Amino acid sequence: MLQRRCTLLILLFLIGTTTLARADVTAGSPELDAIFTQFVEGKTTQRTEALDDLAASGRDDTRLLLNAILEGDLMLHKPSSSIVWATKEGRQYQIQSLDRTGSVDTAGRRDVKRLKLDNRLRSYLRDLIAGLGLRSADPVERLAAISALMGKPDSMADELLTELLNAEEDANVKAALTSLLARKQVGSSIAAERVQGLVILRDDLSPDSRRLVSQLANNDPDNTVKEAALAVQQAQEGKVTLYGWLETLFFGLSLGSILVLAAIGLAISFGVMGVINMAHGELIMLGAYCTWAMQQLLPNSLTASLLLSIPVAFIFTGLVGILIERTVIRFLYGRPLETLLATFGISLILQQLVRTFVSSQNVPVANPPFMSGVIEFNSVFSLTLNRLYILAFCLVVFALLLALLKRSRFGLEVRAVSQNRAMARAMGVRSARIDSLTFGLGAGIAGIAGVALSQVTNVGPNLGQAYIVDSFMVVVFGGVGNLWGTLISGMTLGIANKIMEPWAGAILAKILVLVFLIMFIQKRPRGLFPQRGRAVDAS
Amino acid sequence: MSIQRTHQSRTSTLLFVIVLMATLIGVTVCNQLPESHPLHVGNYMITLLGKYLTYAILAVSVDLVWGYLGILSLGHAAFFALGGYAMGMHLMRQIGDRGVYGNPDLPDFMVFLNWTELPWYWLGFDNFAFTALMILLVPGLLAFVFGWFAFRSRVNGVYLSIITQALTYALMLAFFRNEMGLGGNNGLTDFRELLGFDLRSDEVRLGLFLASGIALLFVYLLCNVILRSRLGKVSIAIRDAEDRTRFIGYRVEHVKLALFTLSAMIAGLAGALYVPQVGIINPGEFSPLNSIEVVVWVAIGGRGTLYGAVLGAIGVNYAKTWFTGAYPEAWLFALGLLFVLVTLVLPKGVAGLFKRAKTGTSPS
Repeated sequence: MLQRRCTLLILLFLIGTTTLARADVTAGSPELDAIFTQFVEGKTTQRTEALDDLAASGRDDTRLLLNAILEGDLMLHKPSSSIVWATKEGRQYQIQSLDRTGSVDTAGRRDVKRLKLDNRLRSYLRDLIAGLGLRSADPVERLAAISALMGKPDSMADELLTELLNAEEDANVKAALTSLLARKQVGSSIAAERVQGLVILRDDLSPDSRRLVSQLANNDPDNTVKEAALAVQQAQEGKVTLYGWLETLFFGLSLGSILVLAAIGLAISFGVMGVINMAHGELIMLGAYCTWAMQQLLPNSLTASLLLSIPVAFIFTGLVGILIERTVIRFLYGRPLETLLATFGISLILQQLVRTFVSSQNVPVANPPFMSGVIEFNSVFSLTLNRLYILAFCLVVFALLLALLKRSRFGLEVRAVSQNRAMARAMGVRSARIDSLTFGLGAGIAGIAGVALSQVTNVGPNLGQAYIVDSFMVVVFGGVGNLWGTLISGMTLGIANKIMEPWAGAILAKILVLVFLIMFIQKRPRGLFPQRGRAVDAS
Repeated sequence: MSIQRTHQSRTSTLLFVIVLMATLIGVTVCNQLPESHPLHVGNYMITLLGKYLTYAILAVSVDLVWGYLGILSLGHAAFFALGGYAMGMHLMRQIGDRGVYGNPDLPDFMVFLNWTELPWYWLGFDNFAFTALMILLVPGLLAFVFGWFAFRSRVNGVYLSIITQALTYALMLAFFRNEMGLGGNNGLTDFRELLGFDLRSDEVRLGLFLASGIALLFVYLLCNVILRSRLGKVSIAIRDAEDRTRFIGYRVEHVKLALFTLSAMIAGLAGALYVPQVGIINPGEFSPLNSIEVVVWVAIGGRGTLYGAVLGAIGVNYAKTWFTGAYPEAWLFALGLLFVLVTLVLPKGVAGLFKRAKTGTSPS
């Protein structure tokens, strides 16, 4: 036992002497040579001093070097006793001089040596890097450095913080610094400072700010602080509730915009023409598959393929719609129940076509980069970009459609045919052609809806089925033949669904909305905004 | 349109009864023949035919309201499934402690969900008489409440069709939830016996087939009697001219409500006979597609003729069994084409073809 311990000591001694005996380390410049020599060969305190020197050296790449030491990217090359960048390549290392100007060499595993770090040094390094980040010229870097310190505000000296606050010009960084200051003040031993901190924290809704406030509200020994904390807590809770409602509203509008997009094509074929198109859901599905097909054709530019798939889907599903109208629906005008059955048959055929010729599985549709992302207002309220775009897209489609029906010659003829076919024909409107085009328009808009849906849901042969009942409900709830009714009813149903979801669960909320709709239609069979006057059918 | 042409003639009813009885007796006899005999009907075929007969009952119930009252219900599968669930609950209770978990008080899925006691709506389903009552009452009550509101506020035409579809869709979503206490996604299955008879034995399968046939006969004759009565004549009047019937002084919504409720009860009976034969009931039975398929059977067979509905149900389902065996890919194409062709070319269905052949005139 004793013998082994002696061997160990001798071994340690040998290692120690070899280190000490080595010549100075070179690192490219006299200043760095000295710093790294001290870091490699010195004892603990000398090593931290060396790091301090490096941090204070004012070089451009100071943070880079400190980071590299922390991450282990810098190593000592023993044959030349120089500090080098080293990356592992198989069983060897690629090495390059510190200024990155020299050629890349390879070195054996035994020729390089890691710069030794212990946990204390690592955390010292992190603090140094954060401190340097605080003084960086780039506001984004400063913000990142402050965020890193948010959890442990006491690691920053008061003087430094006030100095930084006074010097800061960027508003975001200033806000972050203020809230860091508040976190420090809240932990202070002076009651007045704690109250000051609380005042600042009032506007900060992040979870840890709320946790700090509630700690003070529950446990603070000083009564005035306790009261102030309680008041701040209430204010914060009020705001969180408010933003919670805003978020529900946004989710509701987002769901509503999807419902409106899905239903608006139906509002045309059902509302304007009186045709029950059960294949509407499958036209939406075809639109979604158009997006997929465009992405297969242009795999390298997601944005372009998505934008192109809007007209492609419109034209393709529009043509499919015209084909359906010419071959089937034309013969069934005035027999709505038969139309319903025939179009249901068409929906089965379209589904099976996709299953047979594409796949019975879902197909992958990617989101282009501009669609993914979040707009963050504060830590409890943020809007996802894809939902925001779909909401905007829905409103644009709606506005264009409204303009087309209300302001164009085509829209005039559509309305004329839907109100009085015989009279319209007598005035020279080619009603059969208008029928085809109107149905094609409804189908084309279903295709566009499919493009939007492909960005938020799975694209598969069953996509349309999930939306057909909902779409009919939206149209009937809004009042048949009324585009504004469709918009309002879709949004209302979306919001109602999302309001009920938290306490009822997603499925039950949907069931409740359906039950409500069934009751509503029985109370007001013609929907929220019924057609009045001559346009109302006699039946 | 004369009344004679729209309701069942005595000869066609007699013919139907004779053919159905002959089929039931014939199939039973053929089932008893030795397996090597060329006319032998296997037990698989018996169960299949029994299933078709329950579908035929369902089709008759849809034809009663669509063909004779003008209400296109896209939610009749809901009543069918409710009857089926009532029967399924009784069959679950009959399992007793022979389930996987061996719990004498709770069905397996409740043990699995860590439920400790039976929900109140399961009480009474141990009793067959109570179950039989529920098989008729639950669908009947739902149809009554739904119809009460719908017909009183004069929801009709496609609006009614769409909300019946929403009804069955909502029920499907509800039954998929485990919290309903009805087996959730998996539904009710693993049945063992009914009234002490082992459901897996060949004799009981034959018995269920015969029971379905007799139920069909009973339902057929019942509908026939109703349609011959004053009620039936008013219902046809409502189908053809609702407003005029109302103005003459008939309470249209009462007639509609009565027939719609009766139709739902018949559908429930069909579901109850269906479940022990197929051995499972799950929320998929509520899916809107099922309801629409029933409508197509009726449309193909011939809406407005009871025997047409029976013919359509059995014919389409036989085709489905054959297609899904031979060309599984092609079935939906075939069904879709059937939908389109029947509405375009055969608005009166196969029964319309018979009539045309008999009278020698073409339908208008």
